[in-house]
Amino acid sequence: MSDKRMTADGVVSRLESGMTLGIGGWGSRRKPMALVRALLRSGLTDLTVVSCGGPDVGLLAAAGKIRRLVTPFVTLDSVPLEPHFRAARERGALELTELDEAMFLWGLTAAGQRLPFMPVRAGLGSDVLRVNPQLRTVVSPYADGEVLAAAPALRLDAALVHLNRADARGNAQYLGPDPYFDDLFCEAADAAYVSCERIVDGAELARAGCPQTLLVSRMFVSGVVEAPYGAHFTSCVPDYGRDEAFQRAYVRAAADPGTWAAFVKRFLSGGEDDYRAAVAAFTEETEAAEVERAPQVERAPQAERAEQAEAARKTEKNAKGRR
Amino acid sequence: MTADSGSAAVTRAEYCVIACAEVWRGAGEVLASPMGTVPALGARLAKLTFSPDLLLTDGEALLVDGEPAAGAAGAPPTVTEGWLPYRRHLALVATGRRHVMMGASQIDRYGNQNISCIGDWARPSRQLLGVRGAPANTLNHPTSYWVPKHSPRIFVERVDMVCGVGYDRAAAAGPSAARYHRVPEVVSDLGVFDFDTPGHTMRIRSLHPGVRLDDVRAATGFELSVPDGGVPCTRAPDAAELRLIRETVDPGGLRDREVPPCGR
Repeated sequence: MSDKRMTADGVVSRLESGMTLGIGGWGSRRKPMALVRALLRSGLTDLTVVSCGGPDVGLLAAAGKIRRLVTPFVTLDSVPLEPHFRAARERGALELTELDEAMFLWGLTAAGQRLPFMPVRAGLGSDVLRVNPQLRTVVSPYADGEVLAAAPALRLDAALVHLNRADARGNAQYLGPDPYFDDLFCEAADAAYVSCERIVDGAELARAGCPQTLLVSRMFVSGVVEAPYGAHFTSCVPDYGRDEAFQRAYVRAAADPGTWAAFVKRFLSGGEDDYRAAVAAFTEETEAAEVERAPQVERAPQAERAEQAEAARKTEKNAKGRR
Repeated sequence: MTADSGSAAVTRAEYCVIACAEVWRGAGEVLASPMGTVPALGARLAKLTFSPDLLLTDGEALLVDGEPAAGAAGAPPTVTEGWLPYRRHLALVATGRRHVMMGASQIDRYGNQNISCIGDWARPSRQLLGVRGAPANTLNHPTSYWVPKHSPRIFVERVDMVCGVGYDRAAAAGPSAARYHRVPEVVSDLGVFDFDTPGHTMRIRSLHPGVRLDDVRAATGFELSVPDGGVPCTRAPDAAELRLIRETVDPGGLRDREVPPCGR
């Protein structure tokens, strides 16, 4: 039985600049962030990233690692627009293949099925065909003669996904409500790397959820990484939800090069242990500040009302005086 | 009207909720996918009243029945009636059993919609979400739109990136594009609009009370068709609907945050 356990840096050592990487999850949900952070620590560049984008895309774009992005959207979910992606697009810093969500799903499926494309209705009449002149239509060979868009296979050199549990051989399990496209990413890739909250033995994996939760099969997996908090700050239910306070801090920091440099220094300059320690300190500070703020929130409106009342009295007096 | 719910006049936001709900009248047993607060309230109101067979999601991967208002006391518990993760949701789109109400950063007279970017796509002045599922939605099932703040920056002569396909583009792209294409309605804070004209250009169906024809013309970047015989008023919610809006679907008044009560 092959033991495929490795470190996040070990995964990155198997990748090369210029590769096409698929990144699982969706928006700011169950993104393989520990693997993305390892990519940020590496010298890899010139990547083509295929992703239903969230902060994975934002961080890699901010670090200048993406040459081309293949995506139907980039969002942080609770914050609609991803600040680094926006900035990168607005300064023309990355090439974009913007696809409809269905074209993306069926393109990924086609790659796993070793087909050149899948026919879809999506895209016809839209500017997706204008901004992607490489896209083609296909004519049904049957009596209907329909002309459809041919969603091209999204073949990947490597896939990076994060699930809740896995065994050392690469069977991986999701315990949340949505598998996203993680198994499809793995099947579309020449090599797939799975990070997970916890590596457990096969028997525990089987006990942790019904058979349908065993999403990714070891036959498609080249490496397994135990990465607790490995999707942070995106959600990884039921292990943890999205860290909204941290995501807000990320968005605030992205607004200015100086604050972003400080954010990178504080959170992204070390390994995963350093990251978790920095996040724990951040959370403690944030919660302490909230506790401190809480009674003031009670007082503030009253104080404000009192001031306003006083101001109103003065205005009235002045007005009377002028009259 | 009853004394408790009818005591306060119907607000602009409440006209918007009922107008959005009307989008799903007669939709049958399909998934209602509302995007935005007022459409979400409208979809729930429609399900509670004249379109009881509608299906709704929890905003994630579950189909839920008996969805209560957020934080409503004594609301019935929700029952999970199905599983709809993203991959199945996208596949559902192609079956046609869905009526979505999307937002629009730009929309033109034929119903072409943009949520991707403003300016030249190659290097946008303002990057937005991306096309998301708008191209697939518009070609596969009814797609309506909700615009909470009607303005000439949104209702434009030409959209910068066609995400949701309008009538002219669907027709030009051929029978496969037009086969299941339909943009029934656009609801804004000023009124309700449709494309029931010979050339499928946007027409005023109704204006919310207090909105004048000149107001909506000034807030629209293209010529709107006006129905023969004058512009009707958007219907008011009846007493039962108003009570449901205020006490069941939105007791916290989220609707007023999207459409402020004093109007404009």
